[in-house]
Amino acid sequence: MSSLEERAVQAAGFADERLGVAKFTRKSLNKIFPDHWSFMLGEIALYSFVVLIFTGIFLTFFFVPSTQQVIYHGSYAPLRGQRMSEAYASTLNISFNVRAGLVMRQIHHWAADVFIAAIVVHLLRIFFTGAFRRPRELNWMIGTLLLILAIVNGFIGYSLPDDLISGTGIRIAFSILLSIPVVGSYLAFFIFGSNFPGTSIIPRFYILHVLILPAIIAALIGAHLAIMWHQKHTQYPGPGRTERNVVGIPFWPAYALQAGGFFFITAAVLAALGGLVQINPIWLYGPYVPYKVSYAVQPDWYMGWLDGALRLMPSWETVFGPTIGGHMIPNVFFPAVLLPGITFGLIFAWPWIERAFTRDRSEHNLCDRPRERPIRTSVGVGVVVFYVVLFLASATDVLANTFETSLNLVLWTLRILLFVLPILSGFVTYLLVKEIEHLPAVGTPKAGVEIRRTIEGNFELSGLGREAAGEKAAELPEEVAYHQRTTNGHAEIYDAPELGLGERAVPVEGGLS
Amino acid sequence: MSRVNSITSRRKGSLAERAAGACLAVSIVGTVGLGATYWLGGQPQLEGGFLFLALAGIGVGVVTWGKYLVPQGPYVQDRPEMKSPEPEVAAMNASLERGISQISRRRFLLRLLGGSVGVFAVVNLFPFLRSLGPLPQKSLFVTNWKKGSKLVTASGRIVTVSDLEVGGVLTVFPQGFESAPSNAIDQVVLVRAASYDLVTRPGRETWGPQGYLAFSKVCTHAGCPVGLYQELTQQLLCPCHQSLFDVLTGATPVFGPAPRPLPQLPLYVDAEGALRSQSGFDEPIGPGFWERGA
Repeated sequence: MSSLEERAVQAAGFADERLGVAKFTRKSLNKIFPDHWSFMLGEIALYSFVVLIFTGIFLTFFFVPSTQQVIYHGSYAPLRGQRMSEAYASTLNISFNVRAGLVMRQIHHWAADVFIAAIVVHLLRIFFTGAFRRPRELNWMIGTLLLILAIVNGFIGYSLPDDLISGTGIRIAFSILLSIPVVGSYLAFFIFGSNFPGTSIIPRFYILHVLILPAIIAALIGAHLAIMWHQKHTQYPGPGRTERNVVGIPFWPAYALQAGGFFFITAAVLAALGGLVQINPIWLYGPYVPYKVSYAVQPDWYMGWLDGALRLMPSWETVFGPTIGGHMIPNVFFPAVLLPGITFGLIFAWPWIERAFTRDRSEHNLCDRPRERPIRTSVGVGVVVFYVVLFLASATDVLANTFETSLNLVLWTLRILLFVLPILSGFVTYLLVKEIEHLPAVGTPKAGVEIRRTIEGNFELSGLGREAAGEKAAELPEEVAYHQRTTNGHAEIYDAPELGLGERAVPVEGGLS
Repeated sequence: MSRVNSITSRRKGSLAERAAGACLAVSIVGTVGLGATYWLGGQPQLEGGFLFLALAGIGVGVVTWGKYLVPQGPYVQDRPEMKSPEPEVAAMNASLERGISQISRRRFLLRLLGGSVGVFAVVNLFPFLRSLGPLPQKSLFVTNWKKGSKLVTASGRIVTVSDLEVGGVLTVFPQGFESAPSNAIDQVVLVRAASYDLVTRPGRETWGPQGYLAFSKVCTHAGCPVGLYQELTQQLLCPCHQSLFDVLTGATPVFGPAPRPLPQLPLYVDAEGALRSQSGFDEPIGPGFWERGA
């Protein structure tokens, strides 16, 4: 035994003597992970979050969350002598004076964009492969909650520098809060600490952004991973794969090395983006001044669908007559409150909505291929297209300029496409899926034959099915086999009194003295 | 046959080992480069590039190791159903029910507990909400524009009737409030139209002396400053969501999502030629809210 192994065993022994972790550790190390490229999407989100934490900690050392007005005397000449908030001045300082500050700030921003993108694509993968079905509904809901929190924290984060564009975004956020029926004006005043703009919103956003929301997100990610670990990962159908087994690579060491390495690859890509691709150059926008505004005001990509909805909404406003109090439901309520409410409500409820139609309550551990579920797949495509159109609508002005056409034409085109395109694409998807539904699965080669010339000059055929190609599940190492023998179903364990799992709580006669 | 296989896999193995080693070496080079860049004063592009090399070297190296140099299986493991066996569930239910029956026997205590926790929650919700900010009361209905307020620029200069050419535009505030935070609410866009004493709408005969028209600059849609004046069409554009307001008809929305005209501030010219407001706005400015009514 080499000394490295000895030391590891010693450390494990130390832990086990104090925490009794031998069984859990063994089961975890021997855990089998199914392998597929699409399972890495959630990992990208996780690793981006880790990068966000590290770069974020760095930024907190230099950022000053204050709307206190100061005159800028820093090293960025074009803004010298201007009045600005300390928040904006300190962001300039991070960008120009703190060594490695700009690269950290840009990695942080890129990581946030990638974090949310990875969550969205991960969600789509789960949706189209039916991995949200029993027993994974809870993790589906935790994941949806994570998406909402990630979007909110992303918005709050890019609002912190208090530049002209993000300040305008905060103004819109105030108006959206204001639009909520009955409680809107109270909510807006309580969150902002006064009428807009006030002086509280930047410090409040700051503590939400660096402590409260990240803590909740971290806790939910922990729960998300623990549940995934406990339930074991889904797998795609294939030879030897059933609802009742997991086929893949062992956690220790193959999966641990691959996943650990993948963290570094994700971080590397984010570092390259942060270093080489400029993002959010706030010094070009100038400090936020409430009566100034910049042209082509666009939020970060994940807010695009909301911005697009605000633009496409017709200029309606609901007013109740004075006979019932004279109340108003403002225009922005529908695209900016109701639409996200319905969106996330439907995502939360999807496992149950689908179940109401399929009446399928059984446990599923094999993923669907999208083609096997024509209706789910076409509904999904239609919904995705709906949000893509909304996203495009956040750039109506840019589109009109690019195609040298009128804003009116762009607006009406998108308004019509918003409803026509989802139905059309859903329908086309349905037809396509129906067409390929019964074709043999991709990646399952037909049993081939090998033709060999023998030494005598004859030809010889031999089968080349997957089995012959050596794809049969390999022999299990002894410790994995042991693990299987001891965990084959609960019943066995239940009947083994020496494991102490069959005990029931029985009241002690006469009480404890 | 199997010997041939094992030889090729060994060859593959040694190739992978060399590749992984090369990657890890690249990482060291990258980190050294990063350190040197930092030491010499830092440069964002170089920092990003070296950081990429440092991290990607470790990443690709370790993944190569994990993929080609350790056994991949595939291995099979059983997956028991999540649902516990029947006796286990029954035991759980029995324990649960026993506890509940022991508690629910004391009906009165249980209700009292519910009441005390409920009252505690409701009362303690107040500091968490109410302390956060003031009640809106009338603040959404009013601005600092009063009868006789002088129009001043952001720097406090009084605006006189000779300040704007026809087609000119200026952002103005009520005198004394130009640099207060409330200028976010009070901001007014002053436009000079070609027609003399322009009537934008019936009842506003005296509001636009010598073509000077003043409108709240806060968009009635989502509250952005209506920042762009298109002189040719005499329209105000909000760059946030592309709402267009027609100045000559009282800033009525002609395009985009804005549901209401920008409120107009009635102006007059005083004896010294300074522009003043006849009164405040006759309606709440900015985006809609529940209590606003029509």
